[in-house]
Amino acid sequence: MAEHYTSFSRDDTRWLLQRVTAVFLVGVLAFHFMLLHFVHHAYEITLAGTTARMSQPGYFITMVSFLIAGTFHGVNGVYNALVNQGIEGTPRTIVKYGLIIVSLLLIAQGIRVAWAMTGGQLI
Amino acid sequence: MPADRVGWHTVDSSQTTILAGSNPEVHMSQSYDRGLVENFGRWTEFSAGMWAWVFHKFTGWVLIGYLFTHIAVLSTAIEGASMYNGTLQGLEALLIVRFMEVGLLAVAVFHILNGVRLLFVDLGLGLDAQDKSFYASLILTGAIAVASIPTFLGGAF
Repeated sequence: MAEHYTSFSRDDTRWLLQRVTAVFLVGVLAFHFMLLHFVHHAYEITLAGTTARMSQPGYFITMVSFLIAGTFHGVNGVYNALVNQGIEGTPRTIVKYGLIIVSLLLIAQGIRVAWAMTGGQLI
Repeated sequence: MPADRVGWHTVDSSQTTILAGSNPEVHMSQSYDRGLVENFGRWTEFSAGMWAWVFHKFTGWVLIGYLFTHIAVLSTAIEGASMYNGTLQGLEALLIVRFMEVGLLAVAVFHILNGVRLLFVDLGLGLDAQDKSFYASLILTGAIAVASIPTFLGGAF
């Protein structure tokens, strides 16, 4: 008989955020795949169609949220995997801040691209 | 990280339960030194829960790698329609890319299904069906990937 266990730690915000983003991503990733591979086929994608979708505020906000949630979930997962591998001390600190910087750059570039897809230009 | 959390933080609970169950001295509140799962020399000893954990980690690495690639490719939108359309259509003209998309779908579907399974595990629901739900995730992933082949390969030949 399996017993109930939980990896929850009261002061671990990252643990909770990993689960919250997981719930969000389950729905949005499935939606993204359905829309851009089964409703619209990838080989038919053009910037005009992309702009039409991204110009809808709800779609734009969903995609930017998708980017942020996906980046956090993925990069935090990578960090957890490395910690689980036993990385500690200075290498762990370097990896931690390296991943944070890389995540922020990815999100910034993603938002820049998303904005360009609306027909606007940020930078 | 405190030693007593190492085993619990990322290991699928079915695996820890089985390991704990094989040793009466190990209780749920204690740590268990399972060694590194990445030592694949132990693969013959892996239980269903361990495979679920390995596959979830592998698919996770693929997905985060793809996210960076995806944003890089989509960045062509900044350069305008001809660059964006040309890049996407050029990639889609390559048969290998179409097959890789099927693989990406399989990876995403498994990560989603097993992720839902892990959320249920965290909520303490369906703990006695962890092995079955892992096998169900695998079978469903395979079925969806196979069913998607006509869509992904449409117009490629």
